[in-house]
Amino acid sequence: MPAPLAEPSPTRSRRARRRPFLQALPFLLPNLAGFLIFTLLPVLACFALSLTDYRLAPIQHLSDLRERVPFVGLQNFANLLGRHEEAGRMVANDADFWRYLGNTLFLMLGIPVSIGGSLFLALLLNQRLRGMVIFRTIYFLPTVSSAVAVCIVWKWILHQQPNEVGLLNSVLTTLGVSSPPHWLGDPAWAKPAFIIMAVWVGVGGYNCVLYLAGLQGIPEEYYEAAALDGAGAWARFRHITWPLLSPTTFFVVTMSIIAGFQGSFLFTAAYMMTGGGPAGATTTLMLYIYNNAISWHQLGYAAAIACVLFVLVFGFTLINWRYGQRLVHYS
Amino acid sequence: MSSPPRKRRGLGLRVVVYLALSAVGVTMLLPFAWMVSTSLKSAGYAAESTSRWVPSEPATVEIGGQACEVARVRGAGEERVAVIGYRPGEAEVQALAPSPRAGQRRWVAEADVIPLREVKLHWENYREAWRAEGMRVGDAFFGLVRNASAFLAFYLNSIFVSVCVTLGTVFTSSLAAFAFSRMRFPGRDAMFVGYLATLMVPAIVIMLPVYLLLSQLRMTNTYAALIVPAMFSAYGTFLLRQFFMTIPKELEDAAVIDGASPFRVYWHIVLPLSKPALATLTTFVFLHCWNEFLWPLMVVDSLPLKTLPIGLAHFQDSYTTEYHLLMAASVIVMVPVLIVFLIGQRYFVRGIALSGLKG
Repeated sequence: MPAPLAEPSPTRSRRARRRPFLQALPFLLPNLAGFLIFTLLPVLACFALSLTDYRLAPIQHLSDLRERVPFVGLQNFANLLGRHEEAGRMVANDADFWRYLGNTLFLMLGIPVSIGGSLFLALLLNQRLRGMVIFRTIYFLPTVSSAVAVCIVWKWILHQQPNEVGLLNSVLTTLGVSSPPHWLGDPAWAKPAFIIMAVWVGVGGYNCVLYLAGLQGIPEEYYEAAALDGAGAWARFRHITWPLLSPTTFFVVTMSIIAGFQGSFLFTAAYMMTGGGPAGATTTLMLYIYNNAISWHQLGYAAAIACVLFVLVFGFTLINWRYGQRLVHYS
Repeated sequence: MSSPPRKRRGLGLRVVVYLALSAVGVTMLLPFAWMVSTSLKSAGYAAESTSRWVPSEPATVEIGGQACEVARVRGAGEERVAVIGYRPGEAEVQALAPSPRAGQRRWVAEADVIPLREVKLHWENYREAWRAEGMRVGDAFFGLVRNASAFLAFYLNSIFVSVCVTLGTVFTSSLAAFAFSRMRFPGRDAMFVGYLATLMVPAIVIMLPVYLLLSQLRMTNTYAALIVPAMFSAYGTFLLRQFFMTIPKELEDAAVIDGASPFRVYWHIVLPLSKPALATLTTFVFLHCWNEFLWPLMVVDSLPLKTLPIGLAHFQDSYTTEYHLLMAASVIVMVPVLIVFLIGQRYFVRGIALSGLKG
C-alpha cells in the first residue's frame, strides 16, 4: 500500500488543489470511463434489475419503461427464497433454486482436495531437482487449455454406453471393477465426475504456482536451524512450512471459494457435457442464471439470483476477512 | 529459483520425488494423449477401440477389388499369415486361404485365428474437421472470408478479438496504473480500493446488465460487443500498479526537472522499464480472452461471428457422436493457445506470484 497522502494545506486555493486531479485525469479517463460503464454501473443496474420483472421486451422510448419493465419490488426475492404452505407442509417457492445452490456447494467439496493437491505438488516441485520446470509446465497445461476442448475429451473419457465404454471405465474394468459407474448418465455420479475433472484441471494451476512462490520465499536457514535441533520432515513441515505459508493458504482459499461460487469451469462443463443433467444434478447457480436470462428471457429473475450469488460471495469474503485472518501467521 | 541450490538430496528421496512427479505428470497428459489418439482414428474405430492407444485397424489385403481381412493362423505346428473368409451359415468357424493366389482353403477353429492389425493414422480427420461441411459461413470477418470453413472464421474472430482486447487492456490499464502509482490527487487511494473491491463481484452480476444494454442497442452479434466491455480491467490496473510502484522515483524526477510532461514520463521512462510486467499482463489477458466462454456465448449467436470456444461448442452440437472429428477439432482449437503459453509461461508464472503475494 502506498504511503498516506500528505493533506493538502488549507491555505492553498481550491484550484491549486484541483490541479493534480486534472493532471491525472487524462491517464485515468480511458480506464475509469470503461470501469464506470462496464463494471460499476452494471453492478448497481443488476440490483435495480432484480426489482423488476423484465423479460427482454424491446424499449424504444423512455415511455416504454413503465410498461415493459414492470417494477415488482422484492417479489423476485420472495419467489426465490420464500416458502409457501402446500398440503400442510412448508414448501420452497423455487425448489430448483435450493437444489442448484446445493449442487454449487456440493461441487465446492473439490476445493479442499484441489488445494491440498496443489500444496503437495508445490512441495515436490520445490525439491529443486533437474527438470522441475518441465513438470510445472505439464501440470499447468489443463489450466490454460480451452475449457471447451477439455470438456469434449472428458466427456469421451467418462463415456458409458452399452456398446461403447470410455477410457476411465475401460481402465476401471481392467482393474477389476465389475460394474463401473455410468458417471455423466447417473445423477449420483455426475457430481463426483465433475469434481474429479475440476481437480484435474485446477490442481497444478494457479494455486500450485502460488504455493511454489510461497515456498521459495521461506528462508533456508529456518530449515537448517530446525535440522540442527533434530526436527524430522513432518515437524519441519508442521512448524515451519505450514505457518509460513499461511498467508498464501489464506489467499488461495479465499480466491478458490469466490471462484467456486461462480464455477466458470463447471458452467462450461455443464453446458458442454450434461446440459445441467441428469435430472438437474449438475446445474449450478451460474447455469440457472444463464438459463433464466438467455434461454427463458427472465432477466429480472436472473438478476435476483445473481444478487443472491453476490451476497453469498460478499458475505463469505467478509466472514473470511474477519475470522480467517486470525489463522494467518505473518513472519 | 534464484536462491542457491540446496545440498544434494539422497538418491532414494530423489527417486521417490521423480516417481511421484511423473505419476502426476502422466495423469495430466493422458487426456491430451487420448485426444490426439482418438483424433487419428477412423470413424468406425474411434468408438470401438477405447482401450487402444495407437490407432490401428484390422489389416487387409485387396483381392479382386475386395478388401479382405488378414490374420495369423496357428495349426499343425506352424504359424502362417492368411486371408480370412467366412463359411456361410457357420459364423464360429472361419475359412482361410493361406495364400490368396493359390486359392487353397482350409477351415480352422476360431481360437487358432489371430486377426492382424495395422497402424493407420487418419490425418484426413483434421481436414474434415476443419472443413466442417455442416457449418460453412457465407460471409465473415468484415467480408474478407466468403463461403469458407467456419473454423477459419472462428480463428480470425478469436485472433482479432483477443488482440484488440489485449492491446486495449494493456493500454488503459497502464495509463490508469501510472496515475495510481506515480501521481498524487485527492481521492486516489479511495478510488483504487473501489477498483479492488469490484474484483470480488461475480462476473455474471456485471454481465447481465451489459448484455441487456447491448441487446437494447441491438449490438449483440457485433465485434464491439465481444471487445469493448472486456477492455477495462481492474485486475490489469492492479497488477501494473504493483509493478510501477517498484520503479525508483529518481529516474522520473530527473526527467520532470528537464521539463518532461507526465505523458513523456509514462511513455519514455515507465513503460520501457516495465516490459516484464507488460509481458505478464499481455500473456494473462490474451490467454483469458482466447478461452473466454460465457460472455461470447451470451452476446453472439450468429455463426460467422463466433470465437473458437463457442464455435467448438457449436461443432459439438453438429457432430455429437463423431468422436474422431470432435477430438481433431479440439486439437485444432488448443494448439495455438498452448504455443502462446509455452512462449509466455515465464511471464505468466511470475504474474501469478506477483498478484498473489501482494494481494
